[in-house]
Formats: sequence, structure tokens, C-alpha cells
Amino acid sequence: MEYKDYYAIMGLKREASADDIRKAYRRLARKYHPDVSKEADAEARFKDVGEAYEVLKDAEKRAAYDQLGSEWQAGQDFQPPPGQARHTRQPRQPHGAAAGPGFDAHTFSDGGDDYSDFFESLFRNRAEGGGSTGRAQREGFHAHGQDQHASIQIDLEDAYQGAKRSLSLRFPQHNADGTLSSSERVIEFTIPKGVRAGQNIRLAGQGAPGIGDGKPGDLYLEVEFRSHPRYRVEVRDVYMDLPVAPWEAALGAQVEVRLPTGGVVEVTVPAASSAGRKLRLKGRGIPATSAAAEAGDFYLVLQVALPPANTDAARAAYTQMAGQFADFRPRTKLEGAS
Amino acid sequence: MNTLTQVHAVILEEHGDFSFDELCHACGAAQAQLLELVEEALVTPSGATPGEWRFSGVHVQRATVAVRLQRDLGVNAAGAALALQLMDEISTLHGKLRAAGH
Repeated sequence: MEYKDYYAIMGLKREASADDIRKAYRRLARKYHPDVSKEADAEARFKDVGEAYEVLKDAEKRAAYDQLGSEWQAGQDFQPPPGQARHTRQPRQPHGAAAGPGFDAHTFSDGGDDYSDFFESLFRNRAEGGGSTGRAQREGFHAHGQDQHASIQIDLEDAYQGAKRSLSLRFPQHNADGTLSSSERVIEFTIPKGVRAGQNIRLAGQGAPGIGDGKPGDLYLEVEFRSHPRYRVEVRDVYMDLPVAPWEAALGAQVEVRLPTGGVVEVTVPAASSAGRKLRLKGRGIPATSAAAEAGDFYLVLQVALPPANTDAARAAYTQMAGQFADFRPRTKLEGAS
Repeated sequence: MNTLTQVHAVILEEHGDFSFDELCHACGAAQAQLLELVEEALVTPSGATPGEWRFSGVHVQRATVAVRLQRDLGVNAAGAALALQLMDEISTLHGKLRAAGH
């Protein structure tokens, strides 16, 4: 497993005070919190910072970590020193490890039971008091299973048409003798047509199992769209750049456009259009989820594409144009500005 | 042994209708913590008394984020409400920027 440099993760020196550590954690947690941060690796950074803080804020854990010495480099292959390799891996706490196409197998941190192997090798066995779940079960304890939150990446086309997905869910199972084992099940569901980025797909009863007769929790999947080379999404409206030739923009034209549904429609580019003009195809954005809801619109943003002036004839055509439009002032907006 | 289970999927934000207890469970938070969020008007249920309160899926989503911010960043209910309000404004501004072609 890889050594983790908790001080470097927190941007701290090894002699940092408890106050320095708390302040660094607060600052970095705000910066990388997955609900707040727009940075691509926010989720992973937030987990690293949380793990580093878990160790450095606790005098006993920090001392154990410091005992490893300062010679280690982040990412270096690490083996726990003798006497600390007491850890035997138990099934993880119920945070619903899941995998499947397009499924981002993270869950939001639920109080921090998603640590690195490095952390677990050093500290997990200390944290496990053991037995409480089994004892509770023997005494007839019942509890509603935890809800789980995770994210799922889908393509824009899936939101237009709906799409089948399957997920493999793994949970610890409480056995009658108080031990834990792992159980796995595969579920299939349909991504609801019309779903938008930031919304949550709710799979009732697919969260953590209940204890005793308790009901299982629910699984929530927060939807993200994969970035698309052609389409941009704004809530329920979809935008696409539409390149047109100068004469199409000037004189008007009929052009064919492929929609995310795969269908092709013919669109009228009005005469005297300029670059940036938006043409709206009403109701052709992300579809409505119910009769009461509204579908989004599909916008074509005109881009004027120039033919290359790479032959004598082409250059002559541009020269002729320059003569024809001798009075044209493309930069009138800039004049008088300074 | 794996068996394939068909599961009905719904969009939380469009289909939710939650009691106060169900909201607490969905957010993984205690009643007292969520009462504070109602006090801050971060979520505004229909119904006059806590027993009659009904929450939408959007309320669940907002309350879940607020609870995570409180837990992870140590902010109080008012701080979480302010953060959500500012995040909404940022999201609106990003939308306007994109619409303006930036």
C-alpha cells in the first residue's frame, strides 16, 4: 500500500500545533467540500484531508503516525511495522460499495468510514470495539437501514430516452452469531427520462439493510452528465453550436441538424443572421418528466465558418468581396472606446 | 449467488412527499437538527404543525446538503443556509455566463 504524507496533504510542517491543524482542516474542508467545490478532484482531495485530520487531531494517532518517521515519501510502498500488522480486513461498514457502468463508486463521507488502506493498516483495529452489532441483534434490536448517497454519470442521450443500468451493491450482513459477512446483489433500474444534472434518482429499499426487522434504507444517486463534444446543457435547455457559411448567414438557408435523440430536423437559418444568433427549437431540450412538467428547449448558436483562402480562385473571391464591401466597418463597436 | 432485481427508479426532486420523520431519515440527521433548518426557512414544508408537515424531494436534497455542510465544515444552521443561498446565486450566475456565451 502507499504511504500517505498527512502533513503534506494538510500543507503543514511536522511541528504544527493543534490549532494550526484545526485551522488547516477548516480551510481545506471548505475548499474541497464536494457540495461546494467545482474542482474536478474535490471528492478525492476532501477524503484525503478528512483522513489526515482524523489522524493529526488525535494526539495518540498522531504520535503513532509520527513514530513511522519522516523519511517516507508520499506514494512510497508502505508495509506496517511489526506489531502494528494486526489488522485483518473486515467487511467495510455499510456504505454500499457499488460498481457498474458509469457508476462513480464513491459515497459521500458518512462520518468517515472510507479510509485508505494505509489508514486502516495503522488505525482500524483500534477503532473496532467489536461486538456491539452482534449483541444488539441477539437482544432483538431493530433499526431502519441507512440511506446511501452516491453519484452516477449518464450521457445526455440517456436523459432524452431513459436508459437501463445495472449496479452491483455490496453490504455487510449481520449473521446470527454476531459476525459480519458480505452480501452482494445486482439491481437493474431505468434512468428516468427527463432527469437533469443535480437531481437525485431514488431507489427505494436499496440502501443499507435494516437490522433485525428494520426496513432497508434507500439509495440516492445524484446525476451528473458526462461532458459532450457537441451539446451543452443549461438546466433543461440544450445548446449546440451550428456552423454556417457566410452566405448561409447572409442570405438564409435550410440546414439539417441532428438532435440528441438521433432524429434529424431541417432548420431555417433566417437571412441576415450574425454569429452568436440563437435559433430556438421549442420543446426539443430535455423532455418533460410528466404531463404537468415542461420540456426544455434546444438552442442552435450560429457560428460563421469561413472557407479557406488557399487557392488563387479563393483569394480572388475574397478580394472581390473586399471591393464589393469597401464601406464595411467590422470594428465600429471598438471605435471611440478609448 | 447474484440475482438481478428490478428496481423502480424515481426522480427524488419531482416525486418526493416526505413526512418529518422520513425527512430526518433521508438526511441521516436528528429531529432537532432539522427543526433548526425549518426555523431558518432553508426548507419550508406545507402543513401547520410538525405532525402535518410534508416535504418535497427538493427539500430533502437541500436539507441533505445542509446537514453535510454542518457535519463536515462545523457551520451552524444559519451558516449552512447562507452557504446554500450563495451556492444558488453562483449557480444562477454561471447559467447567465453560459447563456451569454462565456
